[in-house]
Amino acid sequence: MSEPTAATAARAPRTWGLLAEFDTVGALLAALEKVRDAGYVAFDAYAPFPIHGLDESMGIRMSRLPWLVAGGGATGAAAGLLLQWWTNGFDYKYLVSGKPFFGLPAAIPITFELTVLLASLGAFIGLLVANRFPELYHPVLPARGFARATTDGFFISVEARDPAFDAVGTREFLEKLGAKQVEKVED
Amino acid sequence: MERTTDIFAEKRHLGALGERLWRRLALAGTAALLVSVAIAALGAESWRRFFFAYLVNFAFVLSLALGALYFVLLHHLTHSGWSVVVRRVGEALTAALPLLALLFIPVLLGLKELYPWSQTAVAAADHVVHGKAAYLNVPFFVVRWAVYLAAWIVTGRFYFRRSLLQDSSGDTSLTLQMERRAGPAMVLFGITLTFASIDLVMSLDPRWFSTIFGVYYFAGSVVGIYALLTAVLFALQGSGFLRNAVTVEHYHDLGKLLFGFVVFWAYIGFSQYMLIWYANIPEETGWLAHRQENGWGWVGLLLVFGHFLIPFVALLSRAPKRRPRLLAAVAVWMLAMHWVDVYWLVTPAVSPGSPLPRLVDLTLLVALGSLLLAGAAYAVRGRSLVPERDPRLEESLAFENA
Repeated sequence: MSEPTAATAARAPRTWGLLAEFDTVGALLAALEKVRDAGYVAFDAYAPFPIHGLDESMGIRMSRLPWLVAGGGATGAAAGLLLQWWTNGFDYKYLVSGKPFFGLPAAIPITFELTVLLASLGAFIGLLVANRFPELYHPVLPARGFARATTDGFFISVEARDPAFDAVGTREFLEKLGAKQVEKVED
Repeated sequence: MERTTDIFAEKRHLGALGERLWRRLALAGTAALLVSVAIAALGAESWRRFFFAYLVNFAFVLSLALGALYFVLLHHLTHSGWSVVVRRVGEALTAALPLLALLFIPVLLGLKELYPWSQTAVAAADHVVHGKAAYLNVPFFVVRWAVYLAAWIVTGRFYFRRSLLQDSSGDTSLTLQMERRAGPAMVLFGITLTFASIDLVMSLDPRWFSTIFGVYYFAGSVVGIYALLTAVLFALQGSGFLRNAVTVEHYHDLGKLLFGFVVFWAYIGFSQYMLIWYANIPEETGWLAHRQENGWGWVGLLLVFGHFLIPFVALLSRAPKRRPRLLAAVAVWMLAMHWVDVYWLVTPAVSPGSPLPRLVDLTLLVALGSLLLAGAAYAVRGRSLVPERDPRLEESLAFENA
């Protein structure tokens, strides 16, 4: 947050996209379906609370996160077993009260813990990366009225990078869907 | 609000089917019980094996009824919303507890055959068993079981009757009453179930002990009840009941809980196994050693794979839990595995030489299984299959997994 330098000040603001506000959950969901069906891909929705059916209306596919978690878990299990086999059963054999050098029952707790640890790290880091966190700034934040997205406003943004985006056409389209107001968002 | 009207328009009373169902199940159960008695009376099977087979199946159906009691208590304890539409089936199963108290009598009749500690000669000759005589003796056993059964019946009736009362009065203070008692009732349930499992199953080998045994039996019961609820709801929907009230979202939650308790069961089972394996003390290892000899090891492996690894993989992802037919198939499989688990706990005491089930094991499964379901069907005949004026009914009907 420093003073604008010559380089940033000189850059002309680009259109990032359009932000449309809706009054109700129903209007938001109905509009999202139309936006999805019109072939837009770079659009998003903002609401003050989780909405059942939002994913379906936006056409969001099942998250790939479970695969990351499963991969993390499998890595943890393999690492746990390998670590114990290598240290106790191969590299430094040490007989403890007549137990086998490498006994599977004794190895399960650490294997289990490492499975859980890496699976949850997979979920945690995967979620951050997939959501592009940490993200301290987003172009829609300074938009007029957007603060209402945390109380009673429902918004749809359509980005200019979307191939189907057209500064005039998309605005008319959103207005026709019943948007209360459509605002241009600059980057 | 529109979905409420849906459930009032659909079939939610068993009606004439309920009458037919409980009569037929009671008839089938009684007939199978008589056949089992005949098998032993005609000498085709020893009475000793008969009583052990009876114990396997009694412990099995009891675990399901107790699992149902746990499910109802948990619902109220956590102020659950989602499970309102499936709660009545659980309540009906707890209503079979008085019948199970009656069916406990044969266990008392077979006490001398089942429990070595009940024979004074054995107790006198064995130093370890003698030392436990203050707890493991016949009069105290009978008194304890009278207390357990009374506690379960009273708790079950308290919840079932108030739930039925609310169907007609719609009084929401009943819900508050039920929720307020749920905490103490759950404590009572935990204590009685723990001691009951020690008495009924663990004391078959009076020299052996495992401090986690009660939790192991509990884990099995909860796996059993979520499997049974899923299977019963699927069967009811197949016969045209509750088609609107119970949705894929409820199956999804039952599937999640079933998955969770499948893992919990494995966790407890392994915790018991590993400590015994690691300490390697003869008084503890004997119990597991019997279960690794003469083919019993295969039953143990069947449990490792069939009761844990296979259902773990089958239920891991979201999709199978949202396919009622597939989930119901897994549920039936889990019920079978739960039976194998109880069989594995009990039968090595009478048949250390062979894990193969005998005919009485199966006829008594039909007998006690049918009687449990008959008791449940009898309890809900002429009643709604959903608590239709529960204050959280709307929440349950509109429930969605985010």
